[in-house]
Amino acid sequence: MINPNSPVILSIEHLTADVDGTQILNGVSLEIKAGEIHAIMGPNGSGKSTLSKVLAGHPAYTVTGGKVTYRGENLFDLEPQDRARSGVFLAFQYPLEIPGVSNLDFLRVAYNSRQKHIGLEELDAFDFDELIQAKLDIVKMNPAFLSRSVNEGFSGGEKKRNEILQMAILQPSLAILDETDSGLDIDALKIVANGVNQLSTQDNAMLVITHYQRLLDYIIPDYVHVMSNGQIITSGGKELALELEAKGYDWLTEPLPVAT
Amino acid sequence: MTLTLSQLLTTPPLNPQLQELRTQATGYLQEETIPTRKDEEWRFTDLAPLLTKTFTPPPPQLPAANIGSFTLPEALNTRLVFINGIYAPQLSSIADLPTGVFIGNLAAATTAGLAVADYLGKQPGGEEVFTAINTARIDEAAVVWLSKDVSIETPIQILFVAIIEETALAISPRSLMILEAGSSATAIEEYLDLSSSDRAYFNNAVTEIWLGDTAKLNHTRIQNQDTTTIHIGKTAVSQSEHSSYTGNSIDLGAKLSRHNWEIFQIGAQTETYLNGLAMVNGEQESDTHSVIALTKPHGITNQLHKCIVDDRAHAIFNGKVFVPQAAQQTNAGQLNRNLLLSSTARIDTKPQLEITADNVKCSHGATVSQLEDDEIFYLQSRGLDVETAKILLINAFAVEIIDRIPVASVREKLVVAVKAFRAN
Repeated sequence: MINPNSPVILSIEHLTADVDGTQILNGVSLEIKAGEIHAIMGPNGSGKSTLSKVLAGHPAYTVTGGKVTYRGENLFDLEPQDRARSGVFLAFQYPLEIPGVSNLDFLRVAYNSRQKHIGLEELDAFDFDELIQAKLDIVKMNPAFLSRSVNEGFSGGEKKRNEILQMAILQPSLAILDETDSGLDIDALKIVANGVNQLSTQDNAMLVITHYQRLLDYIIPDYVHVMSNGQIITSGGKELALELEAKGYDWLTEPLPVAT
Repeated sequence: MTLTLSQLLTTPPLNPQLQELRTQATGYLQEETIPTRKDEEWRFTDLAPLLTKTFTPPPPQLPAANIGSFTLPEALNTRLVFINGIYAPQLSSIADLPTGVFIGNLAAATTAGLAVADYLGKQPGGEEVFTAINTARIDEAAVVWLSKDVSIETPIQILFVAIIEETALAISPRSLMILEAGSSATAIEEYLDLSSSDRAYFNNAVTEIWLGDTAKLNHTRIQNQDTTTIHIGKTAVSQSEHSSYTGNSIDLGAKLSRHNWEIFQIGAQTETYLNGLAMVNGEQESDTHSVIALTKPHGITNQLHKCIVDDRAHAIFNGKVFVPQAAQQTNAGQLNRNLLLSSTARIDTKPQLEITADNVKCSHGATVSQLEDDEIFYLQSRGLDVETAKILLINAFAVEIIDRIPVASVREKLVVAVKAFRAN
């Protein structure tokens, strides 16, 4: 939902970043206001996932230039855990399995660290259990999953739904969904998309990174940006995604000039 | 070697059979020396700290002790306590035992008419140098004896506490557990200390376990002694037909700890499950040498040994499984998983399966890993700081073994110890 009076949640200015000495982001600029859903599409290697990891603070990536402001603060001044506690959430493309740590305990610890950060009450195991039972339905998760280890033995779809469940518990201001649809069949996709839609409000913002247009049939973006070679080369409304679907990425990455 | 035999012998024993055992053990020692790094079985373990100190036997008087924090709520009336290897009746608590269950010290076992002499010191491997050192001065033992078809649900706690005040002591705890055919029990054997200062001592323990036909024992052994201690322990288990032994061995303390864990199969269709966890940091060294010696068919064995090593510490694992021709249809599995937390941590791991039978299913594996950046980042991205993330991951690694211990308060204590591991 576009509202010109909404506050800016995220402002990226000429961001460059590399990994192992190779520059991947070559000057990304983007502004996301509260209530908006932005989609980023692009061919493999365009830097879409790198952008999400740089924003979340993955240690393998080095910011080499540019500026990112999150709710008025310099994002790079914050350690990854403080970004998370301040409401930045990254739904991983490949969520990790953590044998020996139960989903329930993991979620509770994550929830309480955010609560503590924003000066709210931390919940004990009982109260947290009540809270989480109410959220399970958002992603149609079976309560039996809670006692299992984080993502252990989960199918691809279950892992992605678990990411959205975490999002439902943590209620971020900025949710970055890194190829959340990759590897999902249509039913899992619908559940995930439905979950995301339920969590989208006029006070938070979503950055949906996707390779295929299909997800955007279910999560309707306000803006679509196309990345190539580490930059955003064009932006538009949701129709842009449909054009890309019809014409392919070559349509944009080949002879056309870079859009500003 | 500075550990001379005259230092090992104390007052005359209570009965002549002990003298026989002592003499036999002393005989072995005439031919033996403390092992060096040239001995294959001690290749990775540095015994120098043992040789550079003089240890004396403990005085017969019991020092005052408050063991309140060590008692287990699940074993209020099934607890044997030994201070410096000496039986402490005031601190022990034995009451309301079902008929056919004996828990007590050696003298009480003899008085009760139990044929202890038929079993004490009779496990194979008695000539091994540290076992012989213990047997050469044997004068006391924790005895658990279950008669035929008797079961006891209540866990039995055998607590060996060291209290070192002035001199460096050599303590020789001894345990004997006999489960006659059809019986079953759960035992928790612990090596702890209440020494206020970091006084070095040498703790040389021997535990012998005999399982009759279809007998079942769940045995947890915890070593959490001061980090100046040298701890050498032997657990020898003989399993009769259809018996089941589940062992959980936890090594947390000591400057140098070595557990010789030996299972002798004397009947067919036995089950043996060995679960081990060693957690060492600083300059600690923890060594587990296990042997599963099969001699009969259809045995099932499974071993999972995990080591967590930080700082400049060192963990060693050697897991032998012998499957000779006579042990056809054996199903044996062994896995050693190691977590290194620093660039100076070290692990030496040697699975050693010797299989000459041809119709068996045996597997083994060893992994060495570290905390992955990706795992830590995933947890950070959910609001956990790096240290909390590492503690969570270390805990997750250890808990797979801790969860196999059937007594809740023991699990809880261990989880606390694991959480404190990084803080040291």
